[in-house]
Amino acid sequence: MINYIYLVPLFPLLGFLLNGLLRNKLSKSLTAFIGCGTILASFLLSAAIFTEVSKAGFQAQTVTLFPFIQVNTLKIPFAFQVDQLSTLFLLIITGVGFLIHLYSTSYMHEETGDHYARYFSYLNLFVFSMLLLVLGANYVIMFIGWEGVGLCSYLLIGYWFKNLDYDNAAKKAFIMNRIGDLGFLLAVFLIISKFGSATFADIYPKAPQISVRALTAITLLLFIGATGKSAQIPLYTWLPDAMAGPTPVSALIHAATMVTAGIYMIARSNILYTLAPTTQTVVAITGLATALLAATIALKQNDIKKVLAYSTISQLGYMFLGLGVGAYTGSVFHVMTHAFFKALLFLGAGSVIHAIHEQDIRKMGGLRKFMPITHITFLFACFAIAGIPPFSGFFSKDEILAAAYQKNPVYYVIGVFTALLTAFYMFRLYATTFLGTFRGENAHIEDHHDMQSAEPGSEPASHNHEPDSHSIHESPAAITIPLIILAILAVIGGFLGIPEVFAKDLHWLGHFLGPVFQASTNKQAAVLFPPSQELTLMGISVAVALIGVITAWTRFSRKPELEEPTGIGAILANKWYVDEIYDALIVRPLNAFGKFLNNVIEKSVIDWAVNGAGRIVQYSSRQIRLIQSGQVGGYVLLMVVGMVILFIVELFVKK
Amino acid sequence: MPINYYIFLSVALFCIGVAGVLTRRNAIIIFMCVELMLNAVNLLLVAFSKMHHVALYKINPEAGINGQIFVFFIMVVAAAEVSVGLAIIVMMYRNTHSVDVNFLNRLKH
Repeated sequence: MINYIYLVPLFPLLGFLLNGLLRNKLSKSLTAFIGCGTILASFLLSAAIFTEVSKAGFQAQTVTLFPFIQVNTLKIPFAFQVDQLSTLFLLIITGVGFLIHLYSTSYMHEETGDHYARYFSYLNLFVFSMLLLVLGANYVIMFIGWEGVGLCSYLLIGYWFKNLDYDNAAKKAFIMNRIGDLGFLLAVFLIISKFGSATFADIYPKAPQISVRALTAITLLLFIGATGKSAQIPLYTWLPDAMAGPTPVSALIHAATMVTAGIYMIARSNILYTLAPTTQTVVAITGLATALLAATIALKQNDIKKVLAYSTISQLGYMFLGLGVGAYTGSVFHVMTHAFFKALLFLGAGSVIHAIHEQDIRKMGGLRKFMPITHITFLFACFAIAGIPPFSGFFSKDEILAAAYQKNPVYYVIGVFTALLTAFYMFRLYATTFLGTFRGENAHIEDHHDMQSAEPGSEPASHNHEPDSHSIHESPAAITIPLIILAILAVIGGFLGIPEVFAKDLHWLGHFLGPVFQASTNKQAAVLFPPSQELTLMGISVAVALIGVITAWTRFSRKPELEEPTGIGAILANKWYVDEIYDALIVRPLNAFGKFLNNVIEKSVIDWAVNGAGRIVQYSSRQIRLIQSGQVGGYVLLMVVGMVILFIVELFVKK
Repeated sequence: MPINYYIFLSVALFCIGVAGVLTRRNAIIIFMCVELMLNAVNLLLVAFSKMHHVALYKINPEAGINGQIFVFFIMVVAAAEVSVGLAIIVMMYRNTHSVDVNFLNRLKH
């Protein structure tokens, strides 16, 4: 079965080619069938491989397809790594990916046929790239996938390319990612120069023999790549803007899969990070700072997708905190549970947007009555992300927080505070969206132009009337079925990793991933918690989360109208002015520098040189032209003079 | 005969050719002077190749033969050149009723 691993990424690639090349010929239902069918095939194959890998005594395998790059002694084969970590990611990507494809068939149904096919081809290409990223058996193959997902992210954010703002958001995402990619690329070069290979299986056993300084440099550069792809400080600002894409895209790329690429990469390179403690500290602090910063911003956002975007950044920060404190299993666990509940949150938000064509939570409210399935699944996801037991988020977040406490109690305190903020803003979002009464504009004062100009070509907006509370209804089955499946996963997903305190040897995920993190686990001194202390920590985090939930629930269900923020709230609503600071510190100086180069260097140096060369040629040819007089005798004389000169040179000068 | 005689003779022929080409305006005479230069070179080639042949005969009976053959090539090329050149001169005479090369500067205009 494992030898058929190449089929897993091949199916989405085929789907991409079919949908992309035949986009004008295929009918919409056929497009949807190809788009979803290829991912489903990949998922089934992944599941089969997963069962094989999860058997006891499985050894990590490398499936080499063909030699890819061979220079002298450096060999980089096109090979796939099949082990516990990569197959787990395969399942997440193809599983959640399939649900989101299914959801998209309904969500995007208002698009015309060729755009519909374009959408699905991009989505399939994305899944292909992501599979390549996690399957690659060396950093070069991983880098191909790494770049591929960046490209697909760009294509899908700018899917509605007629809107200039969306194009700018797409460009921003691409350029921000590019900055990180440079770090990744440099890291790959450094790895090749230090280890003489880019293959994981060659590198990791040799890691202890490499100097700590070199490892620190490699890991820091890799981490720069991760900050770009996984939206961490300082490169996170693209992710909120990436919400310009269709909502299923936000769910798939900017919540569940692509943004976790950085975490996958660091978890894959865990031994390098374990051997470079400085980098670990940097990773932990960056993750923690990002988690806190994004959580504070999310408190005051009024766009349903923006809140989710900042919560994604915040949760990614948690994962990096976990990686930084050496809780690799915890981070991967959180990737998995986060994929479930965050995809669910985004799809739920998409379902809401689909129903009322509105993204501003100030104009929502009372949707519980109209959209029962969306409501209940969204509520479960909110519980999961807030970390309320027994929902999945509790287990994974708690594992990370416990590991953070072992490393440094300060990490724990900030982490718990962030959890409080998380619970608060998620239930602020929940209460304003689903509780209270509907605050949307009334159908009587409908204004076509307002709607059109506010969101040109945005979320499916072809219904020409503003929704009133009577026209809202639950989304079709293609949307609710993925919601229900994801809700089930978000509720029970946590039981894959039950902490030792509750039941001995039931941390299935920990055992499953054990071989991947073996080397790191051996290096880390295992600090055994007294069970009472661990329970206390758990109790604190649950209590704090409950406080957040209850405060937000009572506060916003009673008084859902959100006032214009003032004071510190205004700063938060304006995202700490980070975009403005970047604009002032980087964008504008760069533009000014570019203008200077254009106006001064370009005009008076380069143009001067180029025009000067032209003028010299023109002037000299005007002079030399006079020699061509038309007198044959003159030509012959010159010829003879030339001959004599050659003769003299030959005889006397050349020796 | 010493090789020097041949060298002097061909240098003299060559100089006469050059002087003729430079000083005369009649196209046909210029043409003949060009031929003179060519043949001066031919003479030199033949003389040198004969010298080599004699000097190296013991080692290599075919030494210096290349030069002789080369001369034949030059003759053929010269003959071709003559035919083309004379044709040009004939055409020139038809157009200008003169074979004075200085009339050719009209090509400039």
